[in-house]
Amino acid sequence: MTAAATDDGPALEARAVVRRFGDREALRGISFAAARGETLAIIGPNGAGKTTLLSILGGVLAPTSGDVSRDPRDVGWVPQQPAVYGKLTVAENLRLFARLEKVADPDAVVARMLEQTGLTERAGDELGTLSGGNRQRVNIAAGLLADPDVLLLDEPSSSLDPRQRARLWEFVGALARGGTAVVFTTHNVAEAERFADRVLVLADGELLFEGTPAALHEAVGSTELDFESAFVAFLRERGH
Amino acid sequence: MRFLLAKDLRILRRSPLLVSLLVIYPIVIAVLVGLALSKGPDKPRVAILNELPQSGGSLSMGGTTVDPKDYANKLFESIDPVTVHSRAEAEQQVRDGKVLAAIIVPRDLIQRLQREITLSGTGEKPTVEVMYNAEDPIKQQFVQSTIDSRVGDLNKAVSTKLTQVAASYLKILLQGGKFSILGHDFDVLGLKRSKALVDSVLTRTPRGSPDAEALQRVSAFAELAIDNLDLSDTVLSSLSTPVKVDQHIVEGRRTPLDAYAVTVAVTLSLMLVCVLLAAGMLALEREEHAFARLVRGLVSRSALLTEKVVLAAGCSAVAALLMTAGISLFVSLDWARSPLWVVALGAGGLAFGALGVAIGALAREVRAASLLAILLALPIAFLALVPSGAVATGLYDAIRVISALFPFRAALDATGAALDDSGGLGAALVHLAALIVGWGLIARAALQRFA
Repeated sequence: MTAAATDDGPALEARAVVRRFGDREALRGISFAAARGETLAIIGPNGAGKTTLLSILGGVLAPTSGDVSRDPRDVGWVPQQPAVYGKLTVAENLRLFARLEKVADPDAVVARMLEQTGLTERAGDELGTLSGGNRQRVNIAAGLLADPDVLLLDEPSSSLDPRQRARLWEFVGALARGGTAVVFTTHNVAEAERFADRVLVLADGELLFEGTPAALHEAVGSTELDFESAFVAFLRERGH
Repeated sequence: MRFLLAKDLRILRRSPLLVSLLVIYPIVIAVLVGLALSKGPDKPRVAILNELPQSGGSLSMGGTTVDPKDYANKLFESIDPVTVHSRAEAEQQVRDGKVLAAIIVPRDLIQRLQREITLSGTGEKPTVEVMYNAEDPIKQQFVQSTIDSRVGDLNKAVSTKLTQVAASYLKILLQGGKFSILGHDFDVLGLKRSKALVDSVLTRTPRGSPDAEALQRVSAFAELAIDNLDLSDTVLSSLSTPVKVDQHIVEGRRTPLDAYAVTVAVTLSLMLVCVLLAAGMLALEREEHAFARLVRGLVSRSALLTEKVVLAAGCSAVAALLMTAGISLFVSLDWARSPLWVVALGAGGLAFGALGVAIGALAREVRAASLLAILLALPIAFLALVPSGAVATGLYDAIRVISALFPFRAALDATGAALDDSGGLGAALVHLAALIVGWGLIARAALQRFA
């Protein structure tokens, strides 16, 4: 379910989103909003419901109840595994999705994305021949073809080496500075602390915390702990 | 949808090994099945050990000589004879599998036959010995039936000739005439002329005398014999072929075996290419993780299924048409009917495509989908080829129901009707249309849990 977004409201809003798989409740009434230009990290232990929440925000899964303010077609979605074709070249992949997105000038958009992601020289290479990092860049580029106001990234840095991670976050930061709301999930809580304006802590489908990384430190009552230790302490306090 | 079609064709073009396997495997299977159906080993290789003497090997019955070589030649026309010179050599050829069987014609065959014909002895019946290799039951049954059939033909030919000879003797007995035996010519009076003579003498014999009464009885016997021997030709013909077989087709159509084999081969090829392609290409969308990206507003699930069905149907129909064109170089096909071939193969392809996407949606992985497609398609095809009467009635009814639920039987009927002018194309197309809808709905439902 989606609802129309307004220009002066949040870029993305989830309202009381519930998702059940049979008897299991994967998400329990999650509500939050992301502002334009904001970077929001969703963190939590395995099975917390991070990917399920991102899939609902991206329109891949339908919520059992609740709604999302944006039509999925207005949201850029980058899944954890590169959702592109290994037998097509980089340019062919981007051109295919640009045409399916019905962008006005697919060739121009593809050229722009190749330049932004630094893949112009690899445009003619089959995706299957690229490194994991470059494939992830194509994956992200495919999510940005329609120039969305909101970008959803599911574990974007999980398959990248440190240098590629740095380039990724530099790229994401530039998008946010350009006004794009970026929502990402990660297991690397240090990345959340470093690159996110705010974090959402999910556990067992429940939203336990919403605020800045500094606010999470405060919530556990210790500024001496590093962010990862503070996060673990927070979960323990809440019985997870 | 055209962008996805172009994408899939490009992926196929860049997967030459997959495409080669996808095309070559079904064609090899189809051609093998077609050959198995149409090309029985009609001339089995059989070793012949002929121990008959070079000369003097003929049968004589009364004044007629019958040369067994004339009939042996008939046997040799229906087999591929391999001459051997000893029993040991014949046995070795069978053991080595170089021949299906060996026939040993004993030295005294003609003498024994002569004794049978002239009823002049009580010795053993004339016997031809057959050796064969029973290494497996199917081969054993094939060899037995082949040799029985050929020897049966030979026996029938000999008995027909002997019947003709016997009939000619009876005719001489009835009508009178000349014949030779043991180098002597005889002029036989015959029953009809004998009765005329007796009746003539009877008119001159006083009535009531003992001679008249005796002559009367001889005349009555002659008349009875003449009346019954007049039927001898018919009776003897009946004995040589006591039961005549009159065949009528009450269900199905008379289709040349070659045309049927082409139909089976083409339909089998269409099915394998189409089902494997549709199942594999749909499952590939999930394996490439692209399915979720596509169905979040870019393409509807139904459109995605339609694209895969059209892709698979188009590719497989082209492959099947090329195969049909290739086969037409060897088997006479009516090219004027080629528009109907396109219709039948297109409809069959769409139905197989619908089955394929259902398999792909249920299996969700390319390897599992391919395996499931093969495991399901081949038994369904073989079930559809089981003829009525080959199994128990209840089982056949069950087979018919199962076959009706899958596209192979309907596609076979449509292809057969398109290839020859036997009718039934409309009904087969309606059946295929129903299957396209049915399997399409199953695929659409399975796609709910696909991502």
